[in-house]
Amino acid sequence: MDEKILEIKNLSIEYPISIGIVQAVKDVSLDLHRGEALGLVGESGCGKSTLGLSILNMVRPPGKIVSGKIVYRGKDILSMRDREILKIRGQNIAMVFQNPLTSLNPLFRIDRQFLETIQQHEPDVPKKDALRRAERILDALGIEQKRLYEYPHQLSGGMRQRIMIGLGLIMNPDIIIADEPTTSLDVIVEAGFIDLLNKLRKEFNLSIILITHNLGLVAEIADRIAVMYGGAIVEEGTAEQIYHDPLHPYTYGLINCVPNINMDQQELITMPGNPPDLVNPPPGCRFEDRCPYVMDICKEQFPPLLSHRDGQKSACWLYKEKEAAPWKS
Amino acid sequence: MEELIRADNLTKEFPVQKSFVDLLLAGYKRQVVHAVDNISFNIMKGEVLGLAGESGSGKSTTGRLLLRLIEPTSGTILYKGRDITSFSTREMERLRERIQIVFQDPNSSLNPRMSVGAAIAHPLQIHKIGNSREQKGMVLSLMEKVGLTPADFLYKKYPHQISGGQSQRVVLARALITNPEFIVADEPIAMADVSVRALILELMKKLKSEFNLTYLFITHDLATAKYLCDRIAVMYLGRIVEMGSRDELFLHPHHPYTKALLEAVPIPDPRQRRREEVVRGEIPSAIEPPPGCHFHPRCSHAISKCKSHRPPLREITPRHLSACILDG
Repeated sequence: MDEKILEIKNLSIEYPISIGIVQAVKDVSLDLHRGEALGLVGESGCGKSTLGLSILNMVRPPGKIVSGKIVYRGKDILSMRDREILKIRGQNIAMVFQNPLTSLNPLFRIDRQFLETIQQHEPDVPKKDALRRAERILDALGIEQKRLYEYPHQLSGGMRQRIMIGLGLIMNPDIIIADEPTTSLDVIVEAGFIDLLNKLRKEFNLSIILITHNLGLVAEIADRIAVMYGGAIVEEGTAEQIYHDPLHPYTYGLINCVPNINMDQQELITMPGNPPDLVNPPPGCRFEDRCPYVMDICKEQFPPLLSHRDGQKSACWLYKEKEAAPWKS
Repeated sequence: MEELIRADNLTKEFPVQKSFVDLLLAGYKRQVVHAVDNISFNIMKGEVLGLAGESGSGKSTTGRLLLRLIEPTSGTILYKGRDITSFSTREMERLRERIQIVFQDPNSSLNPRMSVGAAIAHPLQIHKIGNSREQKGMVLSLMEKVGLTPADFLYKKYPHQISGGQSQRVVLARALITNPEFIVADEPIAMADVSVRALILELMKKLKSEFNLTYLFITHDLATAKYLCDRIAVMYLGRIVEMGSRDELFLHPHHPYTKALLEAVPIPDPRQRRREEVVRGEIPSAIEPPPGCHFHPRCSHAISKCKSHRPPLREITPRHLSACILDG
């Protein structure tokens, strides 16, 4: 588990627009270990999807990676030539997107979509062998083999989502990046998807980056969680630390503002205010105007992400002097 | 408690549209989607009834039927004892002052060319309540109550200039401006961000007691339903399969579908990770739903009788109803 498979180092991504520059991702560093499921959590506009895209250097213009490195097996993906990246995409690192209907080609049967992926990476594989591989993947996903010869519109939403995972897995990658993979699914189908992902993870020793705003989903899957807010990681730790002993006030608010079906909640914690404007943001902490524990320094200086205890990191000035979170006393 | 709304044997079928070529090739065969299939329930004054289920279960159609935004195929809807399915257009118009709806996506329910103030005041104009100065005063004071502050400033803003959370507040304010007593809330938080959801839920709770409201709260998220609702009805393929008080339903779920739904809800706590696998499969088509109990193809307890008999919704403990043959 200790082997680092992917390292994101000081990554910053900007989108120049007419009224200024959007700092979508600011100085993010993150590691992914072999066999680990990492949750990337945050609300819309926090930069989590942009960060996910940047791993395969797929940030669309005018978005630009202005600094940083993404090191996969000792090599920086961002300085690779297109041809090298194409080899990694799909073969070593695969991506599963939110909406399977827009990711699958409606004009091609499922078998053709699998063939295309396989032949992209291994042009010499005979069609028969390639199809056999696709059939085996379908078995693992719990889909009947005959579905291979149907079109996307003939499949249900849950099946399409599983096909997307299958296309991601067909080249036996090390890493799967799943961006809101269950948003279009119903709860029961979603639960089936979670079971499947956990099963495949063990079977293929996969590393997973799960990008989501769904705190229930991430609690079911992730070993480690990074919480993003306003383009930066505000806290990072094990799932246990994030849910039961958060340090950053934003994490605390986020975890406690969701209804939990196993609890009797009288009131939810609410965080008034809006996420920050990322066009020319102020110099201080980006959560400063919504934070109940705000201090003078928070308005002036951007808090760095620092280690606190047992690998838990937080970007908050509160812990410059103190040890315990303010809501603990 | 007084009964506010009662639906009896409510049914809605939508005809399936077919292309001309299909008709030529396959011949004419009238097909319908059984969106709502003979359901009955009531809502007490001051109560929050939750309508839960997966997509395609008919919960939104039920909400629209109650307000006669779509006409039922059969069945009656009693509002304070009077059957509104036979109301004239004029009578319905007057009634709409008292019954309102909030939709899922605030952005598509607001006219992009109408300012916040104009949008909230619009129902007042339609129902001819007050002159324009009085209307502005009412709008501003309601904006304060729903947290659209500073009200003066936001009054002149357009939907694209405000945040998603604020848009949902505008939609709520617009529904409340005519001082209704019943609100159908159709997934009002589904599109919102996590932190905004909590704010809207808390606001809806506050407004309920302040304006003495009754809600029909439509949601696919049982955790939210548990948080807000007094009583919950679970729908599956157009039918209510179980209905009971919040505590009854969550502590003693009866119907296998309710149990499956409850097991599937992801818990935002890594200490409570689910260990067992859930029911497989997906909700079947409502065009030709499975005969008998609609849930039998996915149910692990199904017996042969389930395939032929529609189980009636019957009381198993006081005020707790379930539609499963095995209950009896």
